Amino acid sequence: MAYTKEKEFFQKELDSIRQQGILKEERYIHSPQSADIEVEYPAGAQTREVLNFCANNYLGLSSHPSVLKAAEEGLKERGYGMSSVRFICGTQDIHRELEEKLSKFLGTEATILFASCMDANAAVFESLLGQEDAVIADKLVHASIVDGIRLCKAHQYVYKHMDMAHLEEKLQEAQEHRFRMIATDGVFSMDGDIAPLDEIVALGEKYNAMVMVDDSHATGFLGKTGRGTHELKGVFGKIDIITTTLGKALGGASGGCISGRKEMIDICRQKSRPYLFSNTLAPVIVSASNKVLDVLSESTERRDKLEWNTKYFREQMTKAGINIRAGEHPIVPIMLYNAKLASDFARDMYAEGIYVVGFFFPVVPKGQARIRVQISASHEKEHLDKAIAAFTKVAKKYNILGKTKDEIIAMYGL
Amino acid sequence: MSNIKDEIRNYVKKEYLEDEDEMEIKDDTALISSGIVDSFSMVSLKMYLEKKFKISIPDAKATPQAFDSVNNIVELLKEFVPPEKLQ
Repeated sequence: MAYTKEKEFFQKELDSIRQQGILKEERYIHSPQSADIEVEYPAGAQTREVLNFCANNYLGLSSHPSVLKAAEEGLKERGYGMSSVRFICGTQDIHRELEEKLSKFLGTEATILFASCMDANAAVFESLLGQEDAVIADKLVHASIVDGIRLCKAHQYVYKHMDMAHLEEKLQEAQEHRFRMIATDGVFSMDGDIAPLDEIVALGEKYNAMVMVDDSHATGFLGKTGRGTHELKGVFGKIDIITTTLGKALGGASGGCISGRKEMIDICRQKSRPYLFSNTLAPVIVSASNKVLDVLSESTERRDKLEWNTKYFREQMTKAGINIRAGEHPIVPIMLYNAKLASDFARDMYAEGIYVVGFFFPVVPKGQARIRVQISASHEKEHLDKAIAAFTKVAKKYNILGKTKDEIIAMYGL
Repeated sequence: MSNIKDEIRNYVKKEYLEDEDEMEIKDDTALISSGIVDSFSMVSLKMYLEKKFKISIPDAKATPQAFDSVNNIVELLKEFVPPEKLQ
């Protein structure tokens, strides 16, 4: 056993994480994912019913009866596991069906499934780009895109967050390379910022660059029929590569995909390592996901309700004097700036029966600590009102109701 | 030397700071550990220096610590760039 020095090293690192106050702890949920959940927190404590305002369950489909029924049918008709990677004997007819439905829904030519969108992002750059090429990425792209870019040999350029003039400069600098790919999130998960995809596509055309978008926080609900950021920004059908997840709005179990130009998807099927060396989605998830896409293609009722809920929540919070980051996305950052304040505020919200989480450095930049609220179509108006009342009460306790950014920073520091 | 330092400083300001940031970048201001330059953006800083001085900095040398301040970057450059070019 050579685990003595190592044990000490890891323990010290854990202690340091704890001392910095950034230790992540799981909270155990004793009920299905929903607007109301039963939570055990801290571990071992009596469970309590709280309203969930921190899930990516945007459309409330995680525990929707028709999705559960489709999952059961999938289990009965196609079994539990595949015990194989896709290209040996791990692909069923329902996998093909899901890939075709996703292509249609996203407005692309072809789709390839992955066990997660993290895997899709790990696969996409390495499969398609080499050392002659360049990736030009928004500074705040998701960690999985950063990792994906690191795995490929292409040159890396970074442009300031959603700064189109800076992107243009970088595109000019990158003209010497064989291919160029712009990489961005459709929606940035910490801020709810929506990328100006119309302008990005125009720059891509001007400077001969492909456009890659991770639309995980948009697929299913942004745009008039919920197709995503490209629909909202009027460039549906014009994105070369979309990666997205089944683990958020589309039922929320797990799985992701790369969807886009046919030849590029075919190459991913030949070369991408997470596809070649790992099982794909279990039949239960595939069956349920097929149902989710049917539900969303038939009616926009759920995304319409989410839109209403988001608008109502944002308006009422602002009216109540809470400092939220402006926008239109169901991700609503409550800006508190100071890490300890964000953490204390979230704890007090939990005591009020509202489950939200504080985020601070290194997840968000220093001095930009916040609570991230996520609105769902499964929230009813009374849920939203209860959350707004709780935010107001806790904000009063910390004397920050109606206070500006500078006033909050003056009181609590950065 | 101060010219090189100013150039690095200006590059960091132009590439990584937002217009509303009124931060002063001194020679010993922490760049990476403070979050001004994240590890993702560090790659473009490395690329800029390689292009400018026509050098190649091996990955083993391109550590977050080596890029953590204007002073550290100049020290790193000294290993690869002849002194007359660093004036």
